Amino acid sequence: MTRISVKVDGTTYEDEVEPRLLLIHYLRDRLGLTGTPIGCDTSNCGACTVDLDGETVKSCSVLAVQTDGSEVTTVQGLATNGEWHPLQTAFHERHALQCGYCTPGMIMAARGLLRENPHPSADAVRHALEGNLCRCTGYQNIVRAVLAASEASASSPASASSTASGQEVTT
Amino acid sequence: MIPPAFEYARPASVDEAVRTLADAGEDAKVLAGGQSLLPLLRLRLAFPELVVDVGRIPSLRGVCEDGDSLVVGAMTTHHDVIADPLVRRHAGLLAAATATVADPAVRHRGTLGGSLAHADPGGDLPAVALALGAELVAVGPQGQRTIPAREFFVDYLQTALRPDELLVEVRLPKTDESAGWGFHYEKFSRVAQAWPMVGVAALVRRDNGHIAEARIGLSNMGSTPLRASATEEALAGAAADGVARAAQSAAEGTRPSADASASPEYRAHLARVLTRRAVLAAAGMG
Amino acid sequence: MSEQLTEREVGRSRPRKEDARLVTGQTNWTDNISVNGLLHLAILRSPMAHARIDRVDVAPALERPGVIAAFTGRDLSEGTASLPCAWPVTEDIVLPDHPAVAVDEVRYAGDPVAVVVARDRYAAADALEAIEVDYEPLPPVLDLEAALTDGAPLVHADKGTNRCFVWPLATGENYETVKQRADVVLHRRYLQQRLIPNAMEPRAVVVTPLPASGEYTVYSATQVPHVLRVMLSMVTGVPEQKLRVIAPDVGGGFGSKLQVYGEEVIALDVARRLGRPVKWTETRSEGYLATHHGRGQIQDIEIAATREGKLLGLKVDLLADMGAYLMLVTPGIPILGAFMYPAIYKMDAYDFTCTGVFTTRTPTDAYRGAGRPEATYAIERIMDELAVEVGLDPVELRRRNWIGHEEFPYTSISGLTYDSGNYEAATDKALALFGYDELRAEQVKRNESGDSVRLGIGVSTYTEMCGLAPSRVLRDLRYAAGGWEAASIRMLPTGKVEVVTGTSPHGQGHETCWSQIAADALGVPFEDVEVVHGDTKAAPQGMDTYGSRSLVVGGAAVHHAAQKVVAKARKVAAHLLEANEHDLEFTQGVFSVKGSPEARRTIQEVAFETFSSHDLPDGMEPTINAEHLVDPENFSYPHGTHLCAVEVDTETGRTSIRSYVCVDDVGRVINPVIVEGQVHGGLAQGIAQALYEEAVYDDEGNLVSGTMADYLVPSAPDLPEFTTGRTETPATSNPLGVKGVGEAGTIASTPAVVNAIVDALRPLGVQDIAMPCSPGRVWEALQSAQSRESGKEAQSS
Repeated sequence: MTRISVKVDGTTYEDEVEPRLLLIHYLRDRLGLTGTPIGCDTSNCGACTVDLDGETVKSCSVLAVQTDGSEVTTVQGLATNGEWHPLQTAFHERHALQCGYCTPGMIMAARGLLRENPHPSADAVRHALEGNLCRCTGYQNIVRAVLAASEASASSPASASSTASGQEVTT
Repeated sequence: MIPPAFEYARPASVDEAVRTLADAGEDAKVLAGGQSLLPLLRLRLAFPELVVDVGRIPSLRGVCEDGDSLVVGAMTTHHDVIADPLVRRHAGLLAAATATVADPAVRHRGTLGGSLAHADPGGDLPAVALALGAELVAVGPQGQRTIPAREFFVDYLQTALRPDELLVEVRLPKTDESAGWGFHYEKFSRVAQAWPMVGVAALVRRDNGHIAEARIGLSNMGSTPLRASATEEALAGAAADGVARAAQSAAEGTRPSADASASPEYRAHLARVLTRRAVLAAAGMG
Repeated sequence: MSEQLTEREVGRSRPRKEDARLVTGQTNWTDNISVNGLLHLAILRSPMAHARIDRVDVAPALERPGVIAAFTGRDLSEGTASLPCAWPVTEDIVLPDHPAVAVDEVRYAGDPVAVVVARDRYAAADALEAIEVDYEPLPPVLDLEAALTDGAPLVHADKGTNRCFVWPLATGENYETVKQRADVVLHRRYLQQRLIPNAMEPRAVVVTPLPASGEYTVYSATQVPHVLRVMLSMVTGVPEQKLRVIAPDVGGGFGSKLQVYGEEVIALDVARRLGRPVKWTETRSEGYLATHHGRGQIQDIEIAATREGKLLGLKVDLLADMGAYLMLVTPGIPILGAFMYPAIYKMDAYDFTCTGVFTTRTPTDAYRGAGRPEATYAIERIMDELAVEVGLDPVELRRRNWIGHEEFPYTSISGLTYDSGNYEAATDKALALFGYDELRAEQVKRNESGDSVRLGIGVSTYTEMCGLAPSRVLRDLRYAAGGWEAASIRMLPTGKVEVVTGTSPHGQGHETCWSQIAADALGVPFEDVEVVHGDTKAAPQGMDTYGSRSLVVGGAAVHHAAQKVVAKARKVAAHLLEANEHDLEFTQGVFSVKGSPEARRTIQEVAFETFSSHDLPDGMEPTINAEHLVDPENFSYPHGTHLCAVEVDTETGRTSIRSYVCVDDVGRVINPVIVEGQVHGGLAQGIAQALYEEAVYDDEGNLVSGTMADYLVPSAPDLPEFTTGRTETPATSNPLGVKGVGEAGTIASTPAVVNAIVDALRPLGVQDIAMPCSPGRVWEALQSAQSRESGKEAQSS
């Protein structure tokens, strides 16, 4: 067992963990933070994407012991004072999710993109999400949502009213 | 999905890491970024007794210059390699190829040293290291030694590193564009995040509209990364119209494997086509 | 006074009610569920395709730390019956025994061999390695044709054959007679590769027992909680009334969770044996072996036509890979396809035969479209070949043969009555959006210039049968269950509404759409409606969600139930207003007396009056709640036209989709953005079959594409931007006019893409490429076309 101290979504946890414990299992099974799901065992699907010290990572490919002293943000830590993150709003408004299983990872990956590139092209969005698989949406509305969130943060927070393709979405 | 149990060590220095590895013998595995090792553990394809996490050794991370060489710490992440201004200026091929590795989240964790030490011939970076003429610096109980890339990759997933050695840095001769170097990494994969079916890393020095020197690394054309030596020779002194002919010999001496996506013949064909395209792009002749 | 509905809900692009929990991570996936004392199951699986089990010893696993119990197949065979097949398609079908854990023989790589139960999932995984098994290898059975020959190794030796069933359908005139009249007869063989459904949520099941009363709650990542409850009761003997099945948040299904899986039976059985709660969650790679696959067919199709391109007859001989066992609806999948080969075309004769074949591979069953994509692929591919043969543009050939919009209702040669449609309108709209003529002109130019990157254009006009299904038709097809759907509506005292549905959504947006339907019908605000589903205790009646049935059958049930509520409320309102109920108008939730609009009661007021029941009409039950079950009178028939333009790099063989346009007619639309989303997702899966995905087995029967790193699910850069459009011809078989949209995109897109690739390469001598059309396959097709061409030249010179 190894002792670790990790801050997750603003709360610091100290735990004894087996070295082999994966970060995703630490979050889900030990901390009860089940908002981040597991979709594969080869780090292809990205469903488990979280933010580790300011960078997106696949939490199935990080050991909990490696996060000792680090700060982790999951999809459950995005909303502030009950206000959704612009990406959460955009995913809802653009119908960028169906079953929603990939959504936490998609939102975290998109958040990582917008941090590095606040105004990406549609093509850049697609490439930034290449490590996140969705089986429901065909990705088109996910791309729209990320672009809308990018526009929303560029202007006022609540101004995302039209999509890249000009399709009207009633809200 | 669940790794087998192992002991864990997190040395704070290279010396400590090397000592730990030496004590552990064959049953230790170095954990760099973990983007290859963790999937292997999760699928229970590897059973190390000890995992030595070198992620907290500050000296292993970062990029600096040393005369005509660029020195990249083994634990520098792909993400940092891509963004590093020195890498972009002096080893543009490495930055370009690294940007095609896996996906952004993996690039935040995966490291240059880890990718090279993993020595998957289907990886992007071994072929790039070969084309760049990289030198790999390892530290072991007997001290430090430098291994040229062409001697480093021994076989499928096997390197010249001894079990008690740690790869600490990668030294790259500078290949500045201002010195006439051009580069291109041509990756051919079936889906965006897949490993290349074939990858061609082309580095070309131009001189008066001709190719003075070409170095071509091939991914996934054998059990190790390979140089397309025959093409390199044929390209020396060639103009644009000679590239296609030179590229015809790109698969000479290769031994590509067969899998569900490609036959050896198709891989050889791809190597020729992609080499032509990569060289033309690298030489600005495309 | 309550707020009333002011705008029509049906037809509005409402963002979904479901999203709030999903975008914030407040989800309830089955694997999230944890209860005190929960134990974890892990399953040891066969590493071989076919072997006799000589010995299984689980004792060493029991020695491992944290292990509570371990079971062999023999241990568990006591007290559980064979896993069910609810669709024995013929009277003489070969129906092998299917134990949840293999007893004497394993029949596919992944067949369960033993089960361990441990305190956590890590301990369970470790313990698997301690189990000792001796296997005696048996020959794998992999080739469908070889499997049917005399002396072939048998998957089920006790059955004496690998032939599971032969299912014929011959309609119209005699095909062979009709064929005599034909100027052109084309025969083609198409291969439907096996696909792995890949719902993003891996399967999981949690069972919590209450030993004192013999009650069990089963949480499962399933599409079919109601079907599962019945079947689990039958297989395990747990009385149905003691079983509660809950489908919590379910992360996609695409048919793969329309199943009664061995792991569900095992979990219930182990929970019963131990009296303790248990959980099993599959890993992705495990799921690739253990969750059923889709497709897996060899299609021999022959078409007979006149020189002018008029279809005369169609003959289909199908070999369908069942895999090692028959699961819930395994044999029925190709039979669903049987009716769709004639598609939207008129002809005089149709002759179909399907032979089901056992192999030593993971069982097949429903995957998005389930039989219909396969059928559509074959007919749409051969229509393109016929167009070339008779020298017609492929769109023109389709025009000459399809059912005209004035001909509806039309009974197809296979016996389906298409109630409505307008193929001309959808096609014209698609051609315009696509810029068909311009692209054809560019194609000619590029072919003439010998461009190494060729342009190809593919068309696919399709229809499908949705809204499964009229129960009498299911009887005729020997399907064990009915096709009805249930809904009930509860008007709460405060005027809020609970809609209880028997459908079980896993991404489709039923909570939103059923709210829209109920809001309109009851005249209440959308926000006031809560949809209850996926729990056999809360929504006791249902037939669940698959086959694009939910809206057509379940949505219609909601509509009817709401009408019943209004009818009851009308009686109460009339009584309160002291008016004759026939004098009441009901608009936007308000009953008012004709001619005196000030005399009014809202439906919410009526609901409260019912709650107090102080002043109800004589003899009236004190409720306006209502229930309705719909048994559909017919299937519904969405249709559409899909057009795809590809660029094929003839040097590397790589295909890039340049544009994709589809115009679908799914009837009336409840929520346009949800419909668009369903189409997008369907297209992605159909395109993935055409270009990327295949479950590949080696000669020993091992799954080579055994992880997500090897099985190529496309990500965002691998798919194009889609242009979607709609035409709207209402269905006549349900009051909403809806047709279903879950599978349309998948059904239509696969042939559109492959037709485009072949169209690009036909001038170079290529006639077909087996799916997935990987760059390697395209290159090899070009190589062999080239050697054929040079062979011809050598002969002629």
